[in-house]
Amino acid sequence: MNPADTESPTAPSSWPAGNFSRIPAWAYTDKDVYQKELDRFFYGPHWSYVGLEAEIPEAGSFKRTKIGERSVIMVRHRSGAVHVLENRCAHRGMRFCQERHGKARSFTCPYHQWTYNLEGKLLGVPFRNGVKGKGGMDKDFQLEDHGLSKLKVAVRNGVVFASFSEDVPSFEDYVGPTVLPWFDRTFDGRKLVLHGYSRQRIPGNWKLMLENIKDPYHPGLLHTWFVTFGLWRADQQSTLLMDDHGRHACMISQRNEGGKADVTEGVTSFRENMKLNDPSLLDIVPEPWWGGPTVCMITLFPSVILQQQVNCLSTRQIIPCGPDAFDFVWTHFGFEEDTPEMHERRLRLANLFGPGGFVSADDGEVVEMSQDGFHHDPAFTTVCELDGTKIGNTDHNVSETLIRGMYRYWREVMEL
Amino acid sequence: MNVTPDLALRAEIQDLYAEYASCLNEPRFEEWPELFCKTGQYKLVPRENHTAGLGLATIALSSRAMMKDRIYGASNTLFHAPYYQRHIISLPRLRLEEDGSVRATTNYVVFRTKYDAMTDILNAGVYHDHIVRENGALRFAEKLCVYDSELIPNSIIYPI
Repeated sequence: MNPADTESPTAPSSWPAGNFSRIPAWAYTDKDVYQKELDRFFYGPHWSYVGLEAEIPEAGSFKRTKIGERSVIMVRHRSGAVHVLENRCAHRGMRFCQERHGKARSFTCPYHQWTYNLEGKLLGVPFRNGVKGKGGMDKDFQLEDHGLSKLKVAVRNGVVFASFSEDVPSFEDYVGPTVLPWFDRTFDGRKLVLHGYSRQRIPGNWKLMLENIKDPYHPGLLHTWFVTFGLWRADQQSTLLMDDHGRHACMISQRNEGGKADVTEGVTSFRENMKLNDPSLLDIVPEPWWGGPTVCMITLFPSVILQQQVNCLSTRQIIPCGPDAFDFVWTHFGFEEDTPEMHERRLRLANLFGPGGFVSADDGEVVEMSQDGFHHDPAFTTVCELDGTKIGNTDHNVSETLIRGMYRYWREVMEL
Repeated sequence: MNVTPDLALRAEIQDLYAEYASCLNEPRFEEWPELFCKTGQYKLVPRENHTAGLGLATIALSSRAMMKDRIYGASNTLFHAPYYQRHIISLPRLRLEEDGSVRATTNYVVFRTKYDAMTDILNAGVYHDHIVRENGALRFAEKLCVYDSELIPNSIIYPI
């Protein structure tokens, strides 16, 4: 058979070389493209977010999560080290760990009781030497050949990343010198305190969520609360930064007073007379560590968004499940040094974020509606040409340059 | 002291729940905050956080005024695919407190129906309520909605 005949009809090679501003619909819907993304990004030489050290405070504490579609366990060894193991018994492939959090001395697969230590080493299997001289494993069966897949781990200031690939660069090199200082701005070694989780399934392609947080165009248009109360809008002092590859990015900005201005002219989401009945919903207190900016949204490709939006902090993990949906897991946190008032404030401001948030619930909605628009015409292309077609850092937020940067990298790695 | 409310009070509590469901189903959202005390608390919390003692809520409103802001925000500022919600609320399990207020535990399920779509389940869980009498009428001093639903089907816009 001609190899061309086996190619998916929805993944035409029609994307002109050098173009990063017109993204074809098949990039969001094609199953083969999606599988290649899992292999090259989530299972390839990239760092994926796994969690916060604060989630596994003690020896034996573990948390189950996913990288791509593969189930993994983040566990703290008695040495204090963090290990990330694939949740797949070497025997029959069972996802033996079903608890989401817990504490363990070892992991035993219930099916045939193969038992692993917290480093993933197989400690023993029942009936290895047979029963009454019969059966059992062959003499050449070696326990050390049948451990759990153990991932490479990077921990930076309380945040844990893992990679299935041995070839991944150091986490610091991976994030790069442009974005790393912004990571360290929030995660500077202060002890983190877990505030809780939100989980939503968004019926759209996983890349759309990264695009959403590389898109400073929409917040002042879609989100009434941002434009009306000056939390994010086009007339603010803003910076858009990306790493050398264009895969990671920061959207950084400083709040203004909001209210009516040129940028609200004709903006239907702007509510000039909107006043809160309970102003404590937007009780914001600047923190010294901000160093000015009131918001810094970081996308660490491919798996996580790091949010500082005023006093509300979260990680937003992207867990793809097929080309048409992803799970979006929010982990909110604060710092050990927070006063009780600041702790409450962070939780109260969470009304703006998450699956019910005033400026986030609608992001999920528009992602779903974009996906709906892609399904039936793979040849359709989006237009990401605000601020032209160039790719580079900016000192304003009227630009889609960060999305173009991501697709330049995506095309390079995907060879598409 | 008898810890279960008498039939008259039970009937009154049932009416409160019927009114609650009706406000959110019909909907008459602007009347929803009126079913709470002025200092009433409303929280919608994943069971996971509740069980682990973690404070994060999906929606956390700490006054009737804030509830009005939520209704305004949901109705006028949050873009979303339109949907109907249908609350089915179980018979409450009641405990009378010494001060005459009532603690109620009530199961609920909320169906969501979007235009052109099948009906699906938006949220399922339990209300832990504190019901008091204020100016002659029963009101929620506190409503804690703890939901089992592990994944929110995209978003929750209106109160549950």
